[in-house]
Amino acid sequence: MSATLPEQVPAPDDRDLSALAAQWGLKSTSARQPIGSYLRELWSRRDFIVAMGSGRKSVQYGETSLGRFWLVLSPILNAIVYYFIFGILLQTSKGVENFPAFLIIGVFTFTYTQRVVMGGTKAIANNRAIISAIHFPRAVMPLAVIVQEIQQQFVSIGILGVIVLLTGEPLTWLWLGVIPILVLQTLFNVGLCMMVARWTAASRDVAQLIPFLMHTWRYLSGVMFSIAVFTADLAPWVERVLYLNPMTGYIELMRGCLMTSYDVPSYLWPLAVMWAVVFLVVGFVVFYRAEESYSRG
Amino acid sequence: MAEDPVDPGSDAQEPSDAQESAAAQEPSGAQEPAAAQEPPEAQEPAAAPTVICDDVHVVYRVMGRRRAKSGAPPPRRRLRGRNKNLVTKKVHAVRGVSMVAREGDAIGLIGRNGSGKSTLLRAIAGLLPAEEGHVFTAGRPTLLGVNAALMRDLPGEDNILLGGMAMGLTREEAQARRDWIVEFADLGEFISLPMRAYSSGMAARLRFAIAASTSHEILMIDEALATGDAEFRRRSEKRIMELRQEAGTVFLVSHSLGVVRMTCNRAIWLEKGKVVMDGEANEVVDAYEMMYDPEQDALERKQRRAKRRRQRSGMTKAERRAARAAKAERQEAAPAPGTDPTPAEAAAKESATAPSTPAEPGATEPPAEPTPPPMPPAADSDSPPTDPPGPERPS
Repeated sequence: MSATLPEQVPAPDDRDLSALAAQWGLKSTSARQPIGSYLRELWSRRDFIVAMGSGRKSVQYGETSLGRFWLVLSPILNAIVYYFIFGILLQTSKGVENFPAFLIIGVFTFTYTQRVVMGGTKAIANNRAIISAIHFPRAVMPLAVIVQEIQQQFVSIGILGVIVLLTGEPLTWLWLGVIPILVLQTLFNVGLCMMVARWTAASRDVAQLIPFLMHTWRYLSGVMFSIAVFTADLAPWVERVLYLNPMTGYIELMRGCLMTSYDVPSYLWPLAVMWAVVFLVVGFVVFYRAEESYSRG
Repeated sequence: MAEDPVDPGSDAQEPSDAQESAAAQEPSGAQEPAAAQEPPEAQEPAAAPTVICDDVHVVYRVMGRRRAKSGAPPPRRRLRGRNKNLVTKKVHAVRGVSMVAREGDAIGLIGRNGSGKSTLLRAIAGLLPAEEGHVFTAGRPTLLGVNAALMRDLPGEDNILLGGMAMGLTREEAQARRDWIVEFADLGEFISLPMRAYSSGMAARLRFAIAASTSHEILMIDEALATGDAEFRRRSEKRIMELRQEAGTVFLVSHSLGVVRMTCNRAIWLEKGKVVMDGEANEVVDAYEMMYDPEQDALERKQRRAKRRRQRSGMTKAERRAARAAKAERQEAAPAPGTDPTPAEAAAKESATAPSTPAEPGATEPPAEPTPPPMPPAADSDSPPTDPPGPERPS
């Protein structure tokens, strides 16, 4: 270099800088927060999670002239489209009593998880700016997706109840079973959303793949046909394997609660609890282990 | 995987002609950096350290296209199979920075584009892991960058709450600061419009106001002041001073050297990811200007000398002010054509004189007697002037 550029300055002090840091109790920024304090900080950010989720919700419909009315309108349109295609055109209704209720419960339940997954693919990517500028537990982002979508699901369940009543089902005490199912499915969704958020943050190729996986999953979950009727002529293990699918479990339990004519195997309840816990724990750990990588962009 | 090392500062040799000529004409300047090399804590041994960087290296890995060799045929079959031209490139942005920041320090990071200033800040904030070495901090640093977009589609008011909560406030705390932020950002009715409708300057004001609403243990500001207008800049400079006094540590990345002189007590000059100089803000900025902006440097030296002459001549501050007022009256009484500065000239004068009055940051009076010579064409720090400084040599 030229004459004016001074030599690089030596370290400001001859003492070991790490020792100085230890002496004053300074913490290394690169050390990952222990899981306990991470969860505590996450809990202290609950206001932020809710604000982020509600903010995104109002952005989503903010530009439309019908505004929040879409919250109601989009599930109704969804129900009409599915009934038209599968109930009238494709006649997948064979062997199912009260097919409209059957179909719409399946569609609404699956759509909740599907929207969460699609939100999860964008949870990190769409918030790079705030993530790369401010330090907070990154799990805020997938959790905000849940907050956003659960609001939609409350509305959808209300509409679902009305439609099911209109199809002639009676209102029974069993309907209260919807609440634990919704809780379990939400816990399941949290874990799933965190996994998807991490994978799509690491590789943009995964984000391209997700819609196809979701379509496949929808067809395998017995949303528009009855797994019991479909597997009646097949070996019994086929049915059991299909019931292992967590989404099938939540959909079937929902139908069991809302439709008097519909019987579901009772082992689906413990299975539903197990999936909720496993996905929640695994999803959180998967997400947490890449915590520092999200701000790299 | 192939790794192409990229040198972010490979063009740093360009200005050497200008540097050498400047150094040849101004031999006294070469001694200043040497004086500034004393360790900063020798001056303030009492304050507690808040940030310690111990030989920090930061390496980015980005997917990039392989650089085409000159004369090589253009790559063919780009649509087939995997993109073989994509390679992971390593950008070694910060190369072994060691420093200790203490309570009450306001540190300006200066250097040319790509010298690693912003990367160093992000490493201190814990947003980028250090490849080698360690960053130690007391508390969690807050980084305020111009890119920190909140939610574009939400009105400013909602973003105030969101931003406050992102920084760790509860909803009530964020609401309590709302009025202060609205007043400080001074956006009028725009505060209830989506941020999408804001100009970049307005958005930067709101972001600064949000970040400055709480006193942070460690506040880092990345070019945030560059976008505001002059009036807002003064207010934010004042606010940075206040934050400094609240015993926090402030880091400021800025290309505006005047701002660094005014708001910082210390400056660190980075070049190609290494610390070139670390010391008292004015000394470091002087040395930096010597190297990259010699005309501006000479101008400021001249002004400072004039100021010292004035002080030696025994006029008190009050007397000078009276003299200035009298002069202004004369001008008002007989407005000679040409003496009335156009807005552009006034702005140029302001920016030219601002750095020379570090003691009065709020002072906005027109410049005193020795009217500065017309500003040289705004010298971009990345393309130093090719002409060596001419007429403004000391006699």
